[in-house]
Amino acid sequence: MDKVFISGNHCIAEAAIRAGCRCYFGYPITPQNELGEYMAAHMRRAGGVFLQSESETAAINMVIGAASVGTRVMTSSSSPGVSLKQEGLSFLAGFEFPAVIVNMMRGGPGLGNIAPAQGDYFQSTRGGGHGDYRTPVLAPASVQELADLTVKAFALADAYRTPVMLVGDGMMGQMKEPVTFPEPIDPETLPAKPWALKGRGDGPSRYQASLILDGLEMERHNWKLVRKYKVLAEQETMYESYMMDDAEFVVVAYGTTARIAKGAIKRARKDGLKVGLIRPITLFPFPDKVLRELARSIRHFLVFEMSTGQMVEDVRLALENCGVEINFHGRPGGVIPTPVEFSRVIHRYYRRM
Amino acid sequence: MELLNKWPKYYKKDVISHYCPGCGHGIVHRLVAEVLEELDLGRKAYLVCPAGCAVLAYHYFDFDVIESAHGRGTAIATGAKRARPELFVISYQGDGDLSAIGTAETIHSANRGENICVIFINNAVYGMTGGQMAPTSVIGQSTMTSPEGRNPEVDGYPLHITDVVASFPGVAYAERTSVATPAGIRKTRKAIRQAFETQVEGLGYSIVEVLSPCPTNWKMDPVTACRWVEEEMVKEYKPGVLTDKREEKRKEKG
Repeated sequence: MDKVFISGNHCIAEAAIRAGCRCYFGYPITPQNELGEYMAAHMRRAGGVFLQSESETAAINMVIGAASVGTRVMTSSSSPGVSLKQEGLSFLAGFEFPAVIVNMMRGGPGLGNIAPAQGDYFQSTRGGGHGDYRTPVLAPASVQELADLTVKAFALADAYRTPVMLVGDGMMGQMKEPVTFPEPIDPETLPAKPWALKGRGDGPSRYQASLILDGLEMERHNWKLVRKYKVLAEQETMYESYMMDDAEFVVVAYGTTARIAKGAIKRARKDGLKVGLIRPITLFPFPDKVLRELARSIRHFLVFEMSTGQMVEDVRLALENCGVEINFHGRPGGVIPTPVEFSRVIHRYYRRM
Repeated sequence: MELLNKWPKYYKKDVISHYCPGCGHGIVHRLVAEVLEELDLGRKAYLVCPAGCAVLAYHYFDFDVIESAHGRGTAIATGAKRARPELFVISYQGDGDLSAIGTAETIHSANRGENICVIFINNAVYGMTGGQMAPTSVIGQSTMTSPEGRNPEVDGYPLHITDVVASFPGVAYAERTSVATPAGIRKTRKAIRQAFETQVEGLGYSIVEVLSPCPTNWKMDPVTACRWVEEEMVKEYKPGVLTDKREEKRKEKG
């Protein structure tokens, strides 16, 4: 297929339909309204279901219903709306139902604003809802990657029977870039989901229970989830290395911030600074292994985020006892930093080396 | 000689009920299973059970069942039915679930005219959590959180949610019945059948509100509890067909 020039929000919706998603339930919230609007225009034509729900809570529970019968299903929202969805995310994780949840993050807390922000890192990577679970989190940094990772999100969700989050922000959602879409997948050709409730037919009846009253049974279920997350970490961790070949100083940043960091690193390289970037593409599982390997030869790490410091905690955990210096520079509240600002920060910490 | 009162095909055998003596849930469970068998719907049935006393309904129902978060039954039912319209979808809910925490889901699934059936157990109290006041508790009713009786000045009035949704164009059939007497049980069975047939015909949303005794939380013996349904509850919640738009829905469909 030829390249098309498309906005991030439209791109996610198109990629989802191509990935065989046949149900979309959502509630309007800026800055991701174009996603639902695209679904409204195209999902029914693809033979699927588009439904504008009465609330975020209803939307995520409709997702549970559609997922329970084996359909590829998606919902999308932005920070305050994703908070409302956390009840359903916890249930999806507990039920082990596949679904894709998009969070185009905005400035917060509270209603905050609609500008790009990364303040929902903790909520996304630590489970977010109640109970002991995690959610795989994919963090694209270009519109092409939005398409690729949307398709990947559905594949991961099905393969690991888990809700998967795709996180971006208003900048990712609104900007237009050229994209090559993958060939559409016919949902009928996807692997069967023998666990899905499709009516007992002539077989035995089945149920999907969330209540596990027996303590030992509940504990067993929790450890089962942990084993699944371990496999995810071993097999699905993704990151990008940028200008790392001769780097003596590592910047860690994801999503929009990573794009800005690349601009800053280009500037710093012109000044002769040996700086590279590690861009986590999966925030959970976090690419801690590569950071630990780098820490054998590199002593200086700098984390950029559009938050007051959330991913930096994962960097510290990854580099615990490595004896390296980890610094942080963040702009919360929907303020978008510039490459000039980042390059100044790089210079400041680089000089101290 | 043929045995007339057979064990329902879609009701599990050899299970011990967790419901209290005199509880109405067991009766309604059996009616649901019987009508599913009668209409040959058990093979494609998908029931959402609520957070509440009926959370363990899958111990008894011998067809596919999923549990819902508190109040979200009709949202899950919507998702399942929209994704697989060939399923026969039921949301089984209590009064706290359907008319308190799940009010928005109830109102909007009904207003969309989702082609699902709702079985609504109204026992005027939160059962599983130990007898707190429900939106449906009647005026003066003493509960754990209205110890001096429900006082409308501070507790508001009993919520007639089935009457509310019955007024919606999307709701094809709504009936209120009771399971406190043999006659009431027969009427309930008929109402459930009407509701199920509504979905089979694709006419839209149907709901059966069942006034149901809860002796444990009402602190009554089962006989007194049944009498309280018939003497007190029905004054607030009058049994009968609340709406039947099936004929016009059939015409709409052509």
